[in-house]
Amino acid sequence: MSERRDLELIADLVPAGSRVLDLGCGSGELLAHLIRTRGCSGYGIELADANVQAALRHGIDVIQLNLEEGLALFDDRSFDVVLQLDTLQHLRNTEHMLRETARVGRIGIVSFPNFAHWPNRLRVMGGRMPVTKALPYEWYDTPNIRVGTFADFEVLARKCGLAVTDSFGLQDGAVVRRWPNLRASVAVFRVEQR
Amino acid sequence: MASLGTVPSHTMHFADPLPLSSGARLPAYDLVYETYGTLDAARSNAVLVCHALNAGAHVAGLDARGQPGWWDNLVGPGKPLDTDRFFVIGVNNPGSCFGSTGPMHVNPATGRAWGADFPVVTVEDWVDAQARLVDRLGIDRLAAVLGGSLGGMQALAWTLRHPTRVRHCVAVATAPNLSAQNIAFNEVARRAIVTDPDFHGGHFYAHGVVPRRGLRVARMIGHITYLAGDVMERKFGRELRSADGSLGYSTQAIEFEVESYLRHQGDKFSEYFDANTYLLITRALDYFDPARAHGGDLARAFAHDPATREVRFTLVSFTTDWRFPPARSREIVKALVDNRIAASYAEIGAPHGHDAFLLDDGRYHGVLRATFERIAAEAAS
Repeated sequence: MSERRDLELIADLVPAGSRVLDLGCGSGELLAHLIRTRGCSGYGIELADANVQAALRHGIDVIQLNLEEGLALFDDRSFDVVLQLDTLQHLRNTEHMLRETARVGRIGIVSFPNFAHWPNRLRVMGGRMPVTKALPYEWYDTPNIRVGTFADFEVLARKCGLAVTDSFGLQDGAVVRRWPNLRASVAVFRVEQR
Repeated sequence: MASLGTVPSHTMHFADPLPLSSGARLPAYDLVYETYGTLDAARSNAVLVCHALNAGAHVAGLDARGQPGWWDNLVGPGKPLDTDRFFVIGVNNPGSCFGSTGPMHVNPATGRAWGADFPVVTVEDWVDAQARLVDRLGIDRLAAVLGGSLGGMQALAWTLRHPTRVRHCVAVATAPNLSAQNIAFNEVARRAIVTDPDFHGGHFYAHGVVPRRGLRVARMIGHITYLAGDVMERKFGRELRSADGSLGYSTQAIEFEVESYLRHQGDKFSEYFDANTYLLITRALDYFDPARAHGGDLARAFAHDPATREVRFTLVSFTTDWRFPPARSREIVKALVDNRIAASYAEIGAPHGHDAFLLDDGRYHGVLRATFERIAAEAAS
């Protein structure tokens, strides 16, 4: 269960008692966990009908919204933490969304599949797009319309004027701090406005 | 799914006059109501269902004439609002024409029917009347108030007027106030009724007539706004009434199927709906605007009473509803979020326009089922 372990490792980044906005909250599992174990509060944002119902069943407050439309519903700095986990790569408007994340929250926590993980590099060197556990789709049916690397994100964060206050990789349910761009299938960043 | 079967209708008499927003008072009055399910020992599982324009206390089950309730697809044993778990109350608002005291009843001051003299009632007045009924049923705090459209406005008003008495507000296909376009539709409907020669200034009962022509037109225009344009297109298109597809070259006869449909709806409606009630209810819709007392700022309306923050909200809108579109529900969500109030919001991609709130759509009912399961769990804890 490395996915669950990943969620716990990311949850550790969220200060206890935070007001949290979870963008693309899925079934609301992480937010429910944060509320239950860390005294957090807040809302999940989700687009898919089935996830909205699942989130309601998890007892969290979920708002059905298309993130491509931005976060006009939320005022500047109205949350302590904005989570954007495994979501960014599905959005057309990646840069805008990252700026919105930083506008609405004091801290932004972003995770996404790292395209530069070594098995992906090997696969591309072999002439084919990677199909792995973290990127389980064929090139023609992937919902990941923005594939980027750990190193790429650092560049985008700088462009958006964000300070990276922590970053690491996740691999097999463990934190990777040495050469994460090569060794981790998932990239995790904690960003704040400068 | 099991059925509620035939359900009785009750009448509660209130001897105390009801103070109204206008400053007037409604003297002694009756409220017609129905209940389904069983009130638990802690009296913590009661859900009040508020009705919209064309409905009353008969929410679910079959009435004495075998007619199903207007929200029977939602309310009943095993249904999303499960009467095996909740004690559900349907109540008809004063001024309506489905049993509770209304303009067709006798005005004690004159000894004749109220007619146009029935006092103008607001959403807030209705909610106050409902609160008295809830008192008399021995319920301090409702597990939830549920309503769609105008009923959703009542659910919202509960959280502003009686916030300590409601734990959860479920407001479907509603709005924080009517748009200019909405008021305009209402005004067309009212003018159709008032200018009908059979209206007699609202005292048509004494003349033994009904302003049917006005009611028909009012219903026709209302009906157009409840349906999505696409649905009308699919249902009727440019279909002609004539079997051979020939034109009659008449300006008066029914040529198109859609005309036939609208006239049928208008005819049906004019047989049972009261003209004064139509005027009263559309005016209550026009007036509803909880932000008005707070400089037009809805967030401040929700901030006014700290107890409102303790209420949990669920809002639902439908993408093809152009009468109360999703953007209006999002205004409510924004005002709640600004106040850090617990709120969930579902935007259902249903094709049926405003009418969708009365229909059985899997995603919509799934959201309400999950919401009421959560409310039941909270009530039990």
